[in-house]
Amino acid sequence: MRLVVFVLASLVLMTVDHRYRHLEAARATLSVVVLPLQLAVNAPFQTAHWASESLATRRSLMEDNDRLRQERLLIEARLGKLADLEAENRRLRDLLDSSARVGERVLIAEVMAVDMDPFSHKLLLNKGTRDGVFLGQPLIDANGVMGQVVHVNPFSCTALLITDPNHALPVQVTRNGLRAIAIGRGVANGLELAHLPLNADARVGDLVVTSGLGGRFPSGYPVGRISQVRTDTGRPFAEVTVEPAAHLERNREVLLVWGPGQAPGDLARGGAGS
Amino acid sequence: MTPSRYRGAATIATSFLAALMLTALPLPQWAEPWRPAWVTLVLIYWCLAVPQRVGVGVGWVLGLLLDVMTGTLLGQHALSLSLVAFLALRLHLRVRVLPAWQQGISVFLLVVLDRALSLWVTGIQGMPTEAKAIWAPAATSTLLWPWLYVILRDVRRRYQVF
Repeated sequence: MRLVVFVLASLVLMTVDHRYRHLEAARATLSVVVLPLQLAVNAPFQTAHWASESLATRRSLMEDNDRLRQERLLIEARLGKLADLEAENRRLRDLLDSSARVGERVLIAEVMAVDMDPFSHKLLLNKGTRDGVFLGQPLIDANGVMGQVVHVNPFSCTALLITDPNHALPVQVTRNGLRAIAIGRGVANGLELAHLPLNADARVGDLVVTSGLGGRFPSGYPVGRISQVRTDTGRPFAEVTVEPAAHLERNREVLLVWGPGQAPGDLARGGAGS
Repeated sequence: MTPSRYRGAATIATSFLAALMLTALPLPQWAEPWRPAWVTLVLIYWCLAVPQRVGVGVGWVLGLLLDVMTGTLLGQHALSLSLVAFLALRLHLRVRVLPAWQQGISVFLLVVLDRALSLWVTGIQGMPTEAKAIWAPAATSTLLWPWLYVILRDVRRRYQVF
C-alpha cells in the first residue's frame, strides 16, 4: 500500500520535472542539503591540486612564468588589433544604423571533482545565485562554447554540456553564413548539425560559431569545426558532425557569461580579473 | 525516543551519507560503468537487518537525494530505490538466513532491477543507453556484497542498532 503511494509520487514528480519548471525551487533546496557531501568528495582533489601547485619547483615556476609572459605579449598584441577592429565595427554599424554589440561580462567558475549521472553530460560548478548565476546562462572556455546552466542553487550550479543529447544550439557556419541547429550526440566529443539538406554547403574543416538566434547564447562564440560530412542519397538529410572546440572534459576553470542587459549582482567579487 | 534508538538512527544515516559520497567520487572513464550501486547496497543491508526501521519511505527519500546529487530527473532513483526497499522487506526473512554468497544472488537481482528501472526512465527521455550499464554495476555490487555485509554487520553490533 505504501509502495503504491511512493511509486505514484515518483511518477508524478518525474512527469512534473520533465515537463514544467515548478520543481526548480525544491531541487535547489535539496541540492543545498547534498552540497556538503559533494564538497567533501571534492576536497581531497582540491588539496592535491593545491599541493602540486605549492610544491612545484622554482625552475618549473620560472619556466611557466616565461611562457605566460610570452603568451601575454602575443595576446595583448592581438587584443590591440581587436580593439581597433571593434571600434571600426561600431563605426560601420553606426553608419548602417544597426544596433551596436555590447561586450559580454564573464565570471570564472571552478568545476568540482564530482561525478554526475553517467548518461547525461553535466558538470557541477562552484558558483550559484549568490554570484548572479541564472538558469540558462551560457558557459564557455578559452576555446569555445561549453554548455548552459540547467539547475542553480545559492552556492552551486549544474551545467549541461553541448554534447548532451538533450542540448540543441543555434549555430552558423562562418564561411558562408549557413544556419543550423547543433544537437549533442551523447557520445564524448560530438555534435551534429540537424536537418541540413543534402546539397547544403558544409565542408570538413569549416568553423561553426553560435548564431545568437535562440536569444540564449551570445553570437559569435566558436562551437567547433566540421569533422565529417556524409551525404547518403538514401537519406533525407546530410549527416554533418562537429568536433567541439571547447575542452569539455579537461577543464578545471570555466567562464560564465552575462550578455548585455543581464548584469550580475556584483562583479567585484571574483570578477573578470581573477 | 530513547538514547539508544537515537544513536542507531545516526549510525544508519552516516552509512547512507558515506554511500552517497562514494557515488559522487570521481572515477576514471573506463571504471565509470563498473561503479557499484553503493546506495542500493546499503539500503538493501538495512532493509534486511532492521526492517522495522528502514523501508520504502527511507528508500524514496534517499532516491530523491541521489537524483538531486547526480542531476537526474527528480523521482528517477526514488522510484527504483523504493521498489528495491519494498522487495528487500518482502524477502528479508528468507534472505537473512542464507550465507553471504547466496545473499549475493538476491542482491544481484535487486541491483539489476534498480539499474533497469533507472535506465528505463533515462531511455524514455531519449538518451542513449546500453545494456552494460545494467550488468556491470550489478556484477561489482555482487562481488562487494559479502565484504560490505560483514563491515555493516560489525558496525551495527558495535553501535547496537536494532
